[in-house]
Amino acid sequence: MTVSLSEIKIRTPEKFSGPPDGGASPSSTPLASANPAVSEVRAYLLARGNSAHADRFFSGVMGACALSIFAIVALIAIELVLQSQLTWHKFGLSFFYKFNIDPDTHLPLFWDPVNGIFYAVPFLYGTLVSSLVALCIAVPLAIGVAIFLTEMCPRFLRSPLSFMTELLAAIPSVVYGLWAVFVLVPLLREHINPIFIGIFSNSAVVKLFGWTHLVGDDGLFGGVNLGLGLLAAGVILAVMILPIIASLTREVMTAVPNSQREAVLALGATRWEMIRVGVLRNARIGIVGSIILGLGRALGETMAVAMVIGNSPEIHRSLLSTGHSMASVIANEFSEATSDLHRSALVEIGLALFIVTIIVNALARGLVWVVTRGTPARVQ
Amino acid sequence: MKKQIKKHSARSAIRATADHVATGLAILASILVVVPLIAIFVYLVYKGASSLNLAFFTQIPKPEGEVGGGMANAIAGSALLLGIASVLGIPVGIGGGIYLAEFGRGTRLANAIRFTADVLNGVPSIVMGIAAYSLVVVPQHHFSAFSGGVALGIMMIPTVTRTTEEMLLMVPNSVREAALGLGVPNWRSVLSITLRTASPGVITGCMLAFARVAGETAPLIFTALGNEFWSMSLNQPIAALPLQIYIYAISPYDDQHRLAWAGALVLIVLIVLAVSLVRYVASRGILKGAS
Amino acid sequence: MGVGIEVINLNAWYGTNHTLQDIQLNIPANHATALIGPSGCGKSTFVRCLNRMHETNPIAKVTGTVRIGDLDIYEDASPVEIRRRVGMVFQRPNPFPTMSIYDNVASGLKLNGYSNRKSLDEIVEKSLRNAALWTEVKDDLKKKSGASLSGGQQQRMCIARALAVDPEVLLMDEPASALDPVSTSKIEDLIFELKSQYTIVIVTHNMQQAARVAEKTGFFLNGRMVEFDSTHKIFTNPSDKRTEDYITGRFG
Repeated sequence: MTVSLSEIKIRTPEKFSGPPDGGASPSSTPLASANPAVSEVRAYLLARGNSAHADRFFSGVMGACALSIFAIVALIAIELVLQSQLTWHKFGLSFFYKFNIDPDTHLPLFWDPVNGIFYAVPFLYGTLVSSLVALCIAVPLAIGVAIFLTEMCPRFLRSPLSFMTELLAAIPSVVYGLWAVFVLVPLLREHINPIFIGIFSNSAVVKLFGWTHLVGDDGLFGGVNLGLGLLAAGVILAVMILPIIASLTREVMTAVPNSQREAVLALGATRWEMIRVGVLRNARIGIVGSIILGLGRALGETMAVAMVIGNSPEIHRSLLSTGHSMASVIANEFSEATSDLHRSALVEIGLALFIVTIIVNALARGLVWVVTRGTPARVQ
Repeated sequence: MKKQIKKHSARSAIRATADHVATGLAILASILVVVPLIAIFVYLVYKGASSLNLAFFTQIPKPEGEVGGGMANAIAGSALLLGIASVLGIPVGIGGGIYLAEFGRGTRLANAIRFTADVLNGVPSIVMGIAAYSLVVVPQHHFSAFSGGVALGIMMIPTVTRTTEEMLLMVPNSVREAALGLGVPNWRSVLSITLRTASPGVITGCMLAFARVAGETAPLIFTALGNEFWSMSLNQPIAALPLQIYIYAISPYDDQHRLAWAGALVLIVLIVLAVSLVRYVASRGILKGAS
Repeated sequence: MGVGIEVINLNAWYGTNHTLQDIQLNIPANHATALIGPSGCGKSTFVRCLNRMHETNPIAKVTGTVRIGDLDIYEDASPVEIRRRVGMVFQRPNPFPTMSIYDNVASGLKLNGYSNRKSLDEIVEKSLRNAALWTEVKDDLKKKSGASLSGGQQQRMCIARALAVDPEVLLMDEPASALDPVSTSKIEDLIFELKSQYTIVIVTHNMQQAARVAEKTGFFLNGRMVEFDSTHKIFTNPSDKRTEDYITGRFG
């Protein structure tokens, strides 16, 4: 819309009339020079001078605080390496895969602090098995919960359910352990394990599947049923990692843009098909990442596992057998280690745990970041 | 044509069934998740509440086998440990967060620090305990409250750094510009304006970190060690609530089990308070009074 | 009293984007100078070079000379010192959300360590009067938060806050663009009153506004200053055809 020059009204100073709101018209008194308080302010501020030194000092201190994160990682790594030198020099890499044979029983002997025999194999086994059991239980449930919360949940349930998930994630490990010792273990021993034992020891099943060596008295559910053991550890681990996997899966699912959902729906898909194709397929990298993160948590979980895994440094096929995990053996034996070699062996296990969890966590975080592209992940 | 329609309706029946089954499974999964949580809570409250009495908070444990006593020393010990941890972890953590948000934004160094902090959050706490053991206990030749505090403090730093950074990033740039435009030195602007604006969120981040380390046991097992008696010395082993719960849970005495339940309830209440407070502050929005 | 601004060979970049090219300008003291031009022409960047806010962006670069009074602001002083003498009011009101009205207005002084209570009270009142906000807020100074005021009031409070440090120059980057017409006209009246004490540079999209409040006007186009002259001349008989096209609305 063009306007001709003459139509633009110009207000010249003389034509202006009326004082501004707020009392005496300032234009009648030249303020700045007359009012001493004002020029005092100017003088004060002029005297303040440069803040370059203070700013540099400040940013330096803040930077040092941030760099402390690197320092912490470095310190931990250095201490772990230093304190495990004894066993590293004595056993080398075979610490992680060899074992002795007990001359009396002809059974493998892994960990005998009295005689100075230290091999970490049973702890690797216990950690792996309990974590695997935990993942098998937790992952389907967590993804189911995440799907329910993101796609199906009625609005009024969303907040309480996510609150409960957050609470579950925040409960300390020792409290889970306490509950596991007094509630979960008896439950497993008296009600749940017998079911599995019944199935796996059933003569028909044994005849059919005996070749897998997973059934019968020698199999996955053979041996003594104490309630404690690898299965119990796996179950309580599942309860503990479930909220993490669920909430991270929720985050990656929510990060999938609605346009994807709408596109699939527009093709006439059912809701489940929309979830499967429109959401899960897009989010699968992130979901894998959250599973790996859950695995990372399970690998390092100490207290609850230490309270129900049975604390025996042995390897048995049965899930009902007692065992040990890398974290739980350290917790159990460190403060009463009988020799420097013993302590060094425990530190070396800690070093292995450190390296493994760093790799697993870095991998998981990387995958989740790829999907959510840097939207701040909730701090666990 | 009829055959095609029949085939089509058969297929859509299958698809519809699949949809229903999937929905059912998702609901089932959610129920299976809610159940253990409610079970744990209910059982805890039931067992813990009946064990909680004034003695719990005022008395120290009785010798093994005797009935009664409390966890006063453990509660006080936890308070001291958390105090040390907070003095170490909160200022350094907030400083790190300030650096990431205000000075290093977008730089590769900041990205590396942020990533490392996240990874550090996933390192098992028992490894932190080993580090604190060799850094503090070994040179000092004894277990101490101080070493336990250091272990916990180290754990707080990455958490507080990340939450502080997140909260500071939420402060709009217009606020920073207003401060700079007045000729306020940068350090003053960051502390008195930006940090202050973000303070509700930063404080809740610290609370979360606090609640998290309050329940940690593993790093204390061979640093603070635990103590049956009353001790508030920095250089002696000290009792801590989660540690005491652990020791009692695996002991053979019923009365100690009772105390363990009570202690667990105290921990849970603390956690619930912290999480609820965080959610409340988050829902109110970070900028108090901002339009 | 205000001081004049002399700009010589000012060039500015955002990364590789050459936002301002060879700007030469003499802004008179104790006058209001308006800067007009279409979106993206660099007038905001220019004004931010006058108080060194431009360089808060890490990819920003500036060459040339800007003299405020007899001070070369890039050579002779630090950004912090400059900004105490050159105040700024931004496009969107940006009160400090955690502070009361009183603390907001006093913030430029308090955060620089000024603690004389009685003086502060006087300065806050005077600044709010100058900003035409005193009567509306005088009873709630310490009770109400700065962010609880209406948009127009917030902007006037931001003006008061800028005035409280007694700057010699006041830069205003489209101060009324986010406000309703009533608030806009209040602020224009304000500028009219203030220019006898301060040197005011106002960036505006609104040509009528420039015509109403400023004695001199500069027209910016594509990072260059096309024409700088008395407002009257710019709006009635511009020398450059591009200026005339913009004024008459052929583009912009």
